Formats: sequence, structure tokens, C-alpha cells
Amino acid sequence: MIRAALFSLSVAASAFLAGVAAADTGDVQAGEKVFQKCSGCHQIGKGAEHRIGPHLNGLFGRPAASYDDFRYSKSFQRAGAGGLEWHADTLDVFLENPRSMASATRMSFRGIKDADDRANLIAYLRTFSDNPADIPEADPTATSLSHDLDPTILALVGDPEYGEYLSGECTTCHQSSGSDDGIPSITLWPEEDFVLAMHAYKNKQRNHPVMQMMAGRLGDEEIAALAAYFARLED
Amino acid sequence: MTLNRRTFLGTSAAAAASISAPALLADGHGKPRVVVIGGGSGGATAARYIAKDSKGAIDVTLVEPSRTYFTCYFSNLYLGGFKEMDDLGHTYGNLAAAYGINVVHDWAVDVDRDSKTVSLAGGATLPYDKLILSPGIDFVDGAVKGWSLAYQNAMPHAYKAGSQTELLKSQIMNLPEGGVFAMVAPPNPYRCPPGPYERISMIAYQLKQNNPTAKIIVADPKPKFSKMGLFQEGWANHYEGMVDWIGADFGGGNVSVDPANMTVTIDGEETSVDACNVIPAMKAGKIADMAGVTDGNWAPVNAADMSSKADADVHVLGDSSSQGDMPKSGFSANSQAKVCANAVRGALTGSKVFPAKFSNTCWSLISANDGVKVGATYEATPEKIAKVDGFISQTGEDSATRKATYEESEGWYSGIVSDMFG
Repeated sequence: MIRAALFSLSVAASAFLAGVAAADTGDVQAGEKVFQKCSGCHQIGKGAEHRIGPHLNGLFGRPAASYDDFRYSKSFQRAGAGGLEWHADTLDVFLENPRSMASATRMSFRGIKDADDRANLIAYLRTFSDNPADIPEADPTATSLSHDLDPTILALVGDPEYGEYLSGECTTCHQSSGSDDGIPSITLWPEEDFVLAMHAYKNKQRNHPVMQMMAGRLGDEEIAALAAYFARLED
Repeated sequence: MTLNRRTFLGTSAAAAASISAPALLADGHGKPRVVVIGGGSGGATAARYIAKDSKGAIDVTLVEPSRTYFTCYFSNLYLGGFKEMDDLGHTYGNLAAAYGINVVHDWAVDVDRDSKTVSLAGGATLPYDKLILSPGIDFVDGAVKGWSLAYQNAMPHAYKAGSQTELLKSQIMNLPEGGVFAMVAPPNPYRCPPGPYERISMIAYQLKQNNPTAKIIVADPKPKFSKMGLFQEGWANHYEGMVDWIGADFGGGNVSVDPANMTVTIDGEETSVDACNVIPAMKAGKIADMAGVTDGNWAPVNAADMSSKADADVHVLGDSSSQGDMPKSGFSANSQAKVCANAVRGALTGSKVFPAKFSNTCWSLISANDGVKVGATYEATPEKIAKVDGFISQTGEDSATRKATYEESEGWYSGIVSDMFG
């Protein structure tokens, strides 16, 4: 019953979504051109220093107004104290209309209305912050779009072959033999329990950062495929 | 072109309709042949998944010089006294017996991409339809002034697990009372971003019990490193005053060593040391270079299937590859291997090819039952493997959480080695 409800929800939701896997945040070279609007006040890159505005190296993941050696407006200091951090999403809002986030910022810039220009600029700025290959906890460089599929492809639901492929992501930790050496067994569960557990992680109702992350990008039919595969897995 | 699910379904449906016989690419010689070079996290996983999922339709040969493979992951825990060397060793018998993989213990010494053959040191030549290179890392010559592989006994790297790890441990255990241990940390990118710092933690743990007045100096060419806040918190809590980390901002990158006299010079200041772990700059395993698929130190690959940008019939996995945002780790190599295996099988037998998904988690142990982790998920974009989501342990977590994280890492270890070796 519950699974049926979940799937009808996903049909409704996925009707609006394309089945694309991932999107880059933008074009770095195009963003470098957009940055010319900023470079009168902000430096970036090797040897960059604070000028009229603070330098923008290492921007991603940094709290707003966090340099001791730069004088920020009160407005920005309040935003920083209130927990504002710079990530692709907050920068996008800020760059569209700076005063929407810091009403009395001294940055006299009207904002960038074009979403592609902003995306390209953000991609360019991102190249001057930590690289996730070196610092795995560094900010993402792309956004994950939904993995929910078009309803016409829902025939994939419960496809054990797809489940077997997807299970490769699980069996790095959960042993396919069902052995439990510190990470619980996930084999031979009733499909409904499996689906419920995965959705609870996906919706962050169950606490476990690895599982929330793994389940978070699985579409409903992918969870069903995994449930179908593991339910039948005999070692 | 971004591979999206709709395209893949369309093409695989078309493929399924038009192909009835398997062995699409057998090239008139019977079963299609896959040669995998390197039996670590990438190579063993790829070999096992291709053999397992093709159910005998593909001939898989795994070339690996070592009869026993020692995992780099958990080798720091051996230094700390939490694991025995035997716990880290794995053999290839099951891959041969249970999966029918032709395991060849030999060195691959050349790859001829025109004739699609691999030459082995023992004289044999292996033909392939698809070649998978997963040779791990080698060191950049001259990366640390005064050090070369000729000095690896005086100043071990211990960054390929095995006898080097045992040597380093004996040097730690024999450090004179109140002695000085130095580490020269590597520049980015390198295998296992938190590895050097977990190693510092484990050495400090060992010394705190047996030699509590000993000191540890780290010369680091980087201004920051993975899990830096977590490690520094842990060092202050568990090993106060013991660890002196000298980052790039304080001259940590300006370093030379003298293995004959056991000195380390950091930013012009010479220090006598009793043991020194030199972890040099790294590059792709040599065979990747010989195969002509490297550009600079690493081998660029396409994110969708880990195929070399230089040759669609050669795939490069793990540390040797240059793919984008994934850290060089055993977990990453294992994840990439499964995407690669699915694509290789699809190309050779017409089986369904599903879209790439990648993930990684790195656990590190700071002290007994004080485990931390960092993880992320990644997807293939036209340019690279891109990070899309992630998490990291928090500073100030309670001891129950840290203990649970350590126990989880032990579970992961059992999981990944059974995923590799069956």
C-alpha cells in the first residue's frame, strides 16, 4: 500500500522533470568574462588582496564577512553572524540582487539578472576555492538533478538487473553475503521494508550521513530496483 | 554529450533488438578478452565484476605482480597497533577459483595499443579487446630534495603497503626516548587525502603509550588538508604538545632531507631526526605512462565510463586516472571500477549499460574509538566526474558517535575487500 502511494507521488513529481543526470554549475571561460564586472573592486587568483572589496579566493564554504582584516558593512556583519555562508546557491541569490541579502551593503552593484551569466560567474569563482579531489569535503562543483524518471520509463521499477548494477554502490560497505562486521546486512529484506528504510534516509527522517547521501540521489524506481535485487539475493 | 537515462534506454533497447548473439567485439577470435593490469581496489573489483556479471562470456586476465596484496587503507591502523599486518593481506585464489579469472603474477612491462597487446616481464604477450589499467601510484623523481627511492630504507615512504609499512613501524617502535619523528607530507594531488594525517595520529597514539616525550614534526607543502579541523582538534585533545604541523604558510614546502645524516631542513632550519617518513609527490603507475595514456603525471579519462581520453579501448581506474572531483582513494577506485565494468561488458557483449554514479567515503582514526569520516557522491558530466553532494564529521561530536564511526569503518573494510576478492 505504502509503496503504491510513493510511486503515484513519484509519477506526479517526475512528470515535470527531465531525466538528466547531472549539471555543471556553468562555463568557467564565459564566467571569466562576466567577472570583468567585478574586477574593478575584487581581486581573485594568485596574490589577490583586499581592495575596495575583499579578495575572493577560497570563497566557497566561507561564512560571509569572515575576514578580520577587511571592513565590512554592518549589514554584511549581521548576515555573517546570522549564519550566511557562500555556496553556489547563496551566491546565486546574492548575485541576482545583492541587496536582497545585505540591504545596506557598500557593494554598489545592481546584480546580474541573467541566470546563465550568474551560473558561469559562479563556476569561474569556484575554480579559486578548494578542489574536492584534494579536500573531499570542499563544496560541490555541480548540482545533482532529480533521478526520478519520466513516467513512461517506469517500467524500470523493480528491474533486478538495474538493481544489481546499482547494488555495486551498496556492496562497497554492505556485504553481498549478508555478513555483518559493523555495517548491517541488507540482503533478503522484505521489499517494502527496504523501500521504506531508503525513503526515510532520503527524506532525512533516519539519521545517518552516509545513507542520507546515498539514498538522497536515488529515484523511487531505483530504490525499488535495489529492493527487488537484494530481496532475492542468495549467496 | 551527456549520457542521460532516456538516451541510454533508447540505445539499449535498440541494441537489444538488433543484437541476438553476444561477443559483439570478439574480432573473430572467440570470446572477447579483457586484460586488467593491477590487482588493487580498482583492478580486482573490475576483474571480479566483469567475470561475475558476464557469466563466462568474457575472458578476464588479471595481471598483478604480488601474490599477496596489502591494502593501504588500514595500514595506518597497523602503525597504531590496532591491526596486524596479516589483517591487511589478501590473495587472489578466490578470483581464480570462484570467478574463473586468469590471475597472472607478473609485471606488465609494455602496452602496444596498435596491436592491442600487453607484454609481461616473463616474456608472455596478452592480447586484449579492452584493457583496464589500475596500477596505483609511483613517485615523482626528485620531488623531495635529498631523497630518492635509493633511500627508502633510511627514510621510508610507506605509501605502498607491505614491507615499507613494517619498516616504518619498526622505526617508530625503536625511536629513542624523547626522540624526533618527522614526516614530509606530499603536495596535491596524492593517494588518500587524509592518509598522512591519520598516520600522524596513529604514530602519536603509539608514541604516547610507549614514548610519551617523543615529538612529531610535519613539513607540509600545503596550507590546508582534508579533515584539518577534525585532526587538529584530535591532536590537541589526545596528543597535546606532541605534533608540530608546519604548513606552507610557515615554510613547510621548503624542505630537504639528508638520509645519510638523518637531518631534515625546513625553511632553512636543520633538525636532527630519529626517523623520517618521506611521502613524495605522486604520479600514475608507470605502466600508464608506457601505454601512452598519460598527460603530465596522470591519465585523463572520460567520466561516463572511465575510458582513456587517448584510446576508447583502454580504461584507467583509481589513483592513476585524472577524472575530476573524486579523491584518489580505494573507495573511489572500487566505485569507478563498477561503472567501468558495466560499460566494458556492454561494449563486449551488448549487455545493458546504465548511467554512471560514483561515491566515496574516507574514514580516519584519530585515537582509540575516535573515528571520523568524509564522503561525497559524484556524477558524470561531459567535462569530468563532478561532486554533487557530501558530508563530513563535525568537531565536538560525542564519543559514542566517534566510536560508531570507527566501528562502521571496520564494517566497510570487510565490505570492500569482499567486493574486491569475492
